[in-house]
Amino acid sequence: MGALTVADELRCLIAADVDVVQARQTGRELASELGFSAGDQTVIAAAISEIARNILMYAKRGEVRFTKVLDGTQQGLIVVAEDDGPGIRDIQRALQDGYSTSGGLGLGLPGARRLMDEFEVVSAPGQGTRITMRKWKRGNA
Amino acid sequence: MEVPILKQGHYLIASIQSALSDADLSQLREALIARVGKFRTRGVIVDVTALDVMDSFAVRTLRDIAHMARLRGAETVIVGIQPEVAFAMVQLGLTLKGIATALDLEEGLAFLDRQGHGRIDNRPGHGRIDRG
Amino acid sequence: MSKKDAPPPPQDPQAGTESTQALLRELVAHLRQNRTQLREEWARRITRAQLLTAMTEEEIFAEATSVYDNYVEALETGTFEALQAYARNLSERIIPRGVETHEVVGIVLLLRDVLARSLFAKYHEDFNKLNRILDAYEPAANRIANTVAVGFVQERERIIRQQQEAIRELSTPVLQVRERLLILPIIGVIDPQRNRQLTEQLLRAIRTNRAKVVVIDITGVAAMDSNVANQLVQTVEASRLLGATVIVTGLSPEIAQTLVTIGVDLSEMATVGDLQGGIEEAERLLGYKVIPYGEATQQA
Repeated sequence: MGALTVADELRCLIAADVDVVQARQTGRELASELGFSAGDQTVIAAAISEIARNILMYAKRGEVRFTKVLDGTQQGLIVVAEDDGPGIRDIQRALQDGYSTSGGLGLGLPGARRLMDEFEVVSAPGQGTRITMRKWKRGNA
Repeated sequence: MEVPILKQGHYLIASIQSALSDADLSQLREALIARVGKFRTRGVIVDVTALDVMDSFAVRTLRDIAHMARLRGAETVIVGIQPEVAFAMVQLGLTLKGIATALDLEEGLAFLDRQGHGRIDNRPGHGRIDRG
Repeated sequence: MSKKDAPPPPQDPQAGTESTQALLRELVAHLRQNRTQLREEWARRITRAQLLTAMTEEEIFAEATSVYDNYVEALETGTFEALQAYARNLSERIIPRGVETHEVVGIVLLLRDVLARSLFAKYHEDFNKLNRILDAYEPAANRIANTVAVGFVQERERIIRQQQEAIRELSTPVLQVRERLLILPIIGVIDPQRNRQLTEQLLRAIRTNRAKVVVIDITGVAAMDSNVANQLVQTVEASRLLGATVIVTGLSPEIAQTLVTIGVDLSEMATVGDLQGGIEEAERLLGYKVIPYGEATQQA
């Protein structure tokens, strides 16, 4: 990552229901350590929850990795969710806002993307999925 | 983690105490639906004050609860959504459209009372307070 | 080695008899010995260059003394933390006085120049020595100038952000006018950042005040792009999740159009023409009965 100062990576295995809760709580704690506002902590936790649940539902198993970025001018959290599952066939469509009025159906990707500052999806049928999301602190307190 | 469900007159009050996994949420849904059917429930209150995140699965579950309850003649009120949680929800595009919400338990009960669902069973011939 | 010695033959810098450390020590000794006059020279040049005009001469001299001593100490120790801390501290004091970046950079460069010239004066007869001293001095002096300038700029930026935050706070007041009723008048240009802060403040206020009705008045908002319009809708929805009903007042035809364009069903959003009407509607919802003043005093 060039000149960024990063802390060590934290990993959360996702293999069961409770792991989703663990992953989002870990994300929240890290966000809190980084000094994110309460609102942002909740937003980050929600995004992680959606993505981690996807792993469980579609791949049965995967992991979520967290990295704190503590560069002088930019501070934030990088979350990578990776699995060896079936992969996403049509990423563009998966990222589209396809909410029905009952809300929240689908992969939850568009929602998570809206919540985070940066959002990348690497996936292909049969080749698993890797989602990288980043949220930066606004200004430096 | 089982969520305690109290019966208060014709109301059921589910007070969530801590973070719930998807399985816990599903269990709560089943438990509420079973009880709504069993007692002549007129109102269901789900207190989510302790939830620090509400994602799409949680919202879906609450919708299911409200839908099921309505089919059995009960109104559902979701109370205690935290400001940060509400903000994250709307950004995620999750709405609880069609489901009543209130600030807290007190407001939730007041809402149900106003709707005339009644904690007190004052139908003719039933002049007593239902105790669960 | 004194000035009176004959100039030694040109030496390979690597094989020099004096290390950089030793040279710096000599340099520092020189700067300390001549502290008084060099400092005064510097202060004079600052005034001549018309820098730090926001400060009095006494103040300039006092700060000059501190900067000088910190400068020399940084040269001596080769560490810059103390200098950095001092630079921040100094910036914190002088920025409110209106001192600008070019002034701070200017005075540091002037000091650099004053000191360099005094080195020329001392070692002019020993060209090699002068060269070696300057070789030792240059990198350190550059780093010092950098540290002070960057420290100043960072402090300035921090203060600007703080002020922006304060302005935003002031310009988004949530007012409680009745029990359970909040009014949020929005005035001026809304950017997404401000909007977010607005929403967070409102939601917290709803909770704290146990508000059941919120009147959001956008009479003072000229225009809204679809992003901000979306955020307004989000604010209304989030408020509802907290059990509060929202009435939007002061909706101009243009903004109404924007809302319709982004797919908002205006029949679902409670809107009233003006703030007064909105408040009355809110009171009605809360069950208040408004008695005209005359009647009230009669009943009293």
